[in-house]
Amino acid sequence: MATYQLNVNGQTKKVDADPSTPLLWVLREELKMTGTKYGCGISACGACTVHLNGVATRSCIVPVSLIGNQKITTIEGVGADPVGRAVQNAWVEKDVVQCGYCQSGQIMSAVALLKATTKPTDTNIEESMGGNLCRCATYVRIREAIKRAAEQLT
Amino acid sequence: MQAIKPKNDRINRRSFLRVSSVAAGGLFISLYLDLPAIAHETTQEPPPKVYPPDAFVHVRSDGKILITVNRLEFGQGVQTSLPMILADEMDADWSQVVSELAQAAEVYKDPVFGFQMVGGSGSIAHSFTQYRELGAKTRAMLIAAAAERWKVSPDQCRTENSVVYGPAGKSTRYAELAERAARQPVPGKVSLKSPSEFRLIGKKVPRLDSVAKCDGSQKFGLDLDLPGMKIAVVAHPLVFGGRVKSFDDKEARRLDGVKDIFEIPLVNGSGVAVVADRFWTAKQARDLLKIDWDTSGLERVDTSELWTKYKELARTPGNVAVARGDDKAMSRIPVARRIVAEYEFPYLAHTPMEPLNATVRFEGSKAEAWVPSQFQTMDQMTVAQVLGLKPDQVTFHTEFAGGGFGRRAVIDSHVPREAATIAKRLRGTPVKLVWTREDDVRGGYYRPMHAHRVEIGIGADGLPGAWRHVIVGQSILAGTPFAVMMIKNGVDQTTVEGVSDTNYNIPNFHLSAHNPTVNVPVLWWRSVGNTHTAFVMETVIDELATRARMDPIAYRRKLLKPEAKKLLAALDLLDQQSGWRNSLLKGHAAGISCHECFGTAVACAVDVSIENNRPKIHRATVAVNCGLAVNRLTIESQFQGGIGFGVTQLMAGGAITFKDGRVQQRNFDGYTPPYIVDAPVTVDVHIVSSTEAPTGCGEPPVPVISPAVVNALARLTGKRYRSLPLASV
Repeated sequence: MATYQLNVNGQTKKVDADPSTPLLWVLREELKMTGTKYGCGISACGACTVHLNGVATRSCIVPVSLIGNQKITTIEGVGADPVGRAVQNAWVEKDVVQCGYCQSGQIMSAVALLKATTKPTDTNIEESMGGNLCRCATYVRIREAIKRAAEQLT
Repeated sequence: MQAIKPKNDRINRRSFLRVSSVAAGGLFISLYLDLPAIAHETTQEPPPKVYPPDAFVHVRSDGKILITVNRLEFGQGVQTSLPMILADEMDADWSQVVSELAQAAEVYKDPVFGFQMVGGSGSIAHSFTQYRELGAKTRAMLIAAAAERWKVSPDQCRTENSVVYGPAGKSTRYAELAERAARQPVPGKVSLKSPSEFRLIGKKVPRLDSVAKCDGSQKFGLDLDLPGMKIAVVAHPLVFGGRVKSFDDKEARRLDGVKDIFEIPLVNGSGVAVVADRFWTAKQARDLLKIDWDTSGLERVDTSELWTKYKELARTPGNVAVARGDDKAMSRIPVARRIVAEYEFPYLAHTPMEPLNATVRFEGSKAEAWVPSQFQTMDQMTVAQVLGLKPDQVTFHTEFAGGGFGRRAVIDSHVPREAATIAKRLRGTPVKLVWTREDDVRGGYYRPMHAHRVEIGIGADGLPGAWRHVIVGQSILAGTPFAVMMIKNGVDQTTVEGVSDTNYNIPNFHLSAHNPTVNVPVLWWRSVGNTHTAFVMETVIDELATRARMDPIAYRRKLLKPEAKKLLAALDLLDQQSGWRNSLLKGHAAGISCHECFGTAVACAVDVSIENNRPKIHRATVAVNCGLAVNRLTIESQFQGGIGFGVTQLMAGGAITFKDGRVQQRNFDGYTPPYIVDAPVTVDVHIVSSTEAPTGCGEPPVPVISPAVVNALARLTGKRYRSLPLASV
């Protein structure tokens, strides 16, 4: 066990955890922030996507000991950012979700995409969203919502 | 629960109204239906049905209307669509409607199937009238309350948007009438709206759960957190049915936070449960266990050996499912006009995004369970049985589920069973059992592997003159309570559905099946038998159309029975809406398929090219005939998503395989469902206009996509694709 000071959604959080614990489980079980999801544990589905210093990252394979003072943004905090807010709104407007379990990760990946590329093409979308699995296969609406959010942001 | 009423108390049998005050000052209005399944008993002295209070509608004093959904919400949208139906008949203000998932209880059982469940695309089909009548009865009681207050006749009142209007400009909000309405007798019969009067039904109504699912606040079963809760994982045998001979947990127990480690019985064999304060600890501890397994006497499945066996079986007739027309017809067709097609379909895992889980707290004389469950009645009974309780001593909460596709509808309830078994030992402590993704991928309950062999004799008109079809695959229902109904003449009907009930007019038709026993647990996978049967039918028919040099839609129209009206209407609409087939880009081809299952007819056209030796699906156009469309937005979403889900069986990594009894895949790195790049870029959904009773939309999208895609590929390459998963094109 070790103690870590984490910067989560702009707040400092103190947690005690085994150094090998993935950030995902620290968020979910120590900080009770369950919006970030466990889907595979091997960074193959993207349900656990958060931002570390703005970079979309699979939190299921990053040990808490490697986080340091990087800024962590989760689905619970991404709405504070204009791009995050626009993506969430577009998701609701386009009625994207079905079961909804993967959508936190989808939204986090989409926000990272739109911060890097203001007018994403289908190819940009396939590249950036390519690792986010959705078993309900809401992909058609995910594409539409990303384009809608891009429109709203310009 | 209410006490059982005396047998002769029939006065209130049809007046299933219960009133109870709540602290908030509002009132529950609870209406209970006469279930069709028991309706035939009414001429006799019926046993009184015992219903819990507060069942379906709660008009709150703040104007909110809480509607209870008798189903699991796992993406299909019933948490929105069922309340829509009730609210429409009730003339409720939709902006004030909130909904919740029902606990397990008698009153929430499926009106047709007789147990609480989601499956068979039955949520809307079975509860449409139920929820309409609930809404109409509630509305009638609100009107009666207003009429009573104003001392006017109910005929002089009308309703709109949660307000009752009376003569001389009188009006009152539903919320103000709730208490008085709850005291009104429940009308036995109510007239329902005509479709032209619908305000919500038939519209595109956005989901009620969107916002919570976009900001991380929606809680799923796996997100449950209870005071003092422990997390459990189980080490399962790597060969199904394996038993723990011995295990060494010394290293595992050294981990800080490990609470207990012990052997537990499984449905088949045994395993070792690890209980810890945290998931990560439990998982690490499990990795440190040294378990010696006893697998003596167990079949060690090997996929390639199984294929050999299945293909041999497919060359011999099985138990007869359908024998129609002249059995000798084939022999009269020249050999040059016969085709033989052999197909392979692998085991498929469902892999819903939310890993399987169940939480149970055992308190000696009672228990509580929280399960994202498609089969609440069975799961509740199982938890009770494990804990030595009666089902009504187990409060069973239906948790939102992150997908399911059939995987949470398990007759042996093995996941809640494991959770209850562990919780029993930790009396008083809530235990959340988590199946890791590896547990899920390797844990069985797959869509069964199948082999098909079809021999078709083509008539001089290019249409099939004789058809002999053999299907080989494990029975899903053997040994379950459904066997009595669903296994006929030794044939599991879920093995042959989609062929046995084909809409094609094939005069001389012989279908038989082998249901071998294999040491692999199997289960229904979204659209069940239609996953493979529609693939076979629609690729064979396409091949016949090509040989006959006919347009694939025209050929299907010609071959369909005239009474297949639903499917014919879907094909017509598809034809109208897929004009793009005439202006395809170079290197692209269109593929067609159509199929009817669960009462819903679907026709599909896809625009496909080949990229990196894989099919690229640029577009899918779907025409749907599902009777009256309840929520057009949900239908569209179900079809867009279901089409994508169906692509699973085309994926190069879309197969579960076995070597020496062990599953060779482990996680999404080996068993690979479709990602965004694999799914169609666009899916446009067109709905046949209809006022027939609504039918389901969860499963019917799935069967059509894979045959449509390989039919397009066949046009590009000249090859026929009969083995799944689809290797390099």
